[in-house]
Amino acid sequence: MYDAATPKRRARSHEDLLEGFARWRLAWALARGDIMHRYRGSVLGPLWMTVSTAVMLMALGFLYAKLFRLPVVEYLPWLAASLIVWNMLAQITAEACTTLTSVEGILRQMPLPYSVQALRAVLRGALMAAHNLPLILLVFLVFGITPGWGTLAAVPGLALLAVDAFWASLLLGMVCARFRDIPPIVASVMQLAFFVTPVMWKPELVRGWAAWLPLNPFFAVMETIRGPLVGTGASATVWASALLYSLLLWAVAQAFFTRFRGRVAFWV
Amino acid sequence: MGMTHIEAEGLAIEFPLYHHNARSLKKRLLAGHGRLKAEDSRVVVAALRGLSFRIERGERVALIGPNGAGKSTLLRTLAGIYEPVAGRLILEGEVGSLIDALAGMDPLLTGRENIVLRGLYRGMTEMAASRLATEIVDFAGLGEFIDLPVRGYSSGMGVRLGFALATAMAPDILLMDEWFLAGDADFMARAEERLTRLVTGSEILVIATHDMTIVRKWCTRVIRLEGGAIVADGPVAKILPDGG
Repeated sequence: MYDAATPKRRARSHEDLLEGFARWRLAWALARGDIMHRYRGSVLGPLWMTVSTAVMLMALGFLYAKLFRLPVVEYLPWLAASLIVWNMLAQITAEACTTLTSVEGILRQMPLPYSVQALRAVLRGALMAAHNLPLILLVFLVFGITPGWGTLAAVPGLALLAVDAFWASLLLGMVCARFRDIPPIVASVMQLAFFVTPVMWKPELVRGWAAWLPLNPFFAVMETIRGPLVGTGASATVWASALLYSLLLWAVAQAFFTRFRGRVAFWV
Repeated sequence: MGMTHIEAEGLAIEFPLYHHNARSLKKRLLAGHGRLKAEDSRVVVAALRGLSFRIERGERVALIGPNGAGKSTLLRTLAGIYEPVAGRLILEGEVGSLIDALAGMDPLLTGRENIVLRGLYRGMTEMAASRLATEIVDFAGLGEFIDLPVRGYSSGMGVRLGFALATAMAPDILLMDEWFLAGDADFMARAEERLTRLVTGSEILVIATHDMTIVRKWCTRVIRLEGGAIVADGPVAKILPDGG
């Protein structure tokens, strides 16, 4: 029953989320299909992601170690963790923009909870991470670093990233369907963020400013994963900031989804 | 849950035309200064204008009217794809829609994998979807092609698989776009029996069509739409009186 006078938006968005998660099998099948499509007919397939990241690491690792006057054995493993975690975050954000517009054909042809598409984006990100994260371990072993149990502390950070990816995909997916100028804006913001976030450079290089870094949401979310990986751990400040920004993202995304869910079919 | 029925009261759907004229962020931002306000006036197509009707259990309704009358929009609204901007809509019963059989098909997957994928779209588990596959494979009659990627199919084979997939359900309310009845003659002979079973098995049929022979053959009631409004509604014999 639908009554435009009392649209019951809250109940409907709640139902969408519940049904979306109930169809996790579909989201998983679609995510796998996405990866398959991307590497159709290629010999290495998704391993190309790993290879291209490895090549980039080699090139940048040696060059920037020289620029920063750091020993390669110290800098390159750090960069491996840093760059791979950043790539994960950046790719999720970039793909979030097309969460809904890329499946226009489906959205207008069959009734389906929109949250399935966000879940699909998260699972696709997880699949890509599964191809890239082991590279960090490989680099560590090559440089004679044996990761300890402390590395496992990266898991809560990864979980937080997954939650953020879900809400970001839903929010950006909707906003980008409505305003087609948003994807290029997001792209340039991410490019800027790459340079102002300590991805290539170590946080301690900015000396006095280091205390302010947690104000950068990308740094906070990234550091909850990278910190434990490189053995410096994630401070309470970093976690507080990451959680606060995630909470903000959730609140905005949830509010937007609740209010405009019914309009998506007209936007795409 | 009451008896299967559809009830619409003052149902309205409006399509905002957003992207044809770059109704973008720029206009939104500039509009604030007043100069571009006139340009920013919303372009809205009223696709359905205050439709009211009630379809009871057992009725087979044909939606007819010229192109752009709102037939497909009404089907999609009944399917739950579009939310009305005004009015009320009640659907009692499980809805199955045959709007676009090829939507959601993955060309890289084999026919069999696509059947399972469609099952997942409908909220089944892989197990249930695989069981569904055996029956569909039989009907589609694609032979060994069923285990080849769909992108290698001829268009006729694609339609056969799509049809077999789409019709593998038993909803209370069946929403159908007319292409389902417009296959090649050879295939339609085989499809006929299956379609009859689906149509007679459902309690309500709503079909959008241009073809009056289909209306006479399958339907008990006609709703004629024009410009998004109902201009005639009644038994087939009354709305289409001339036997031709």
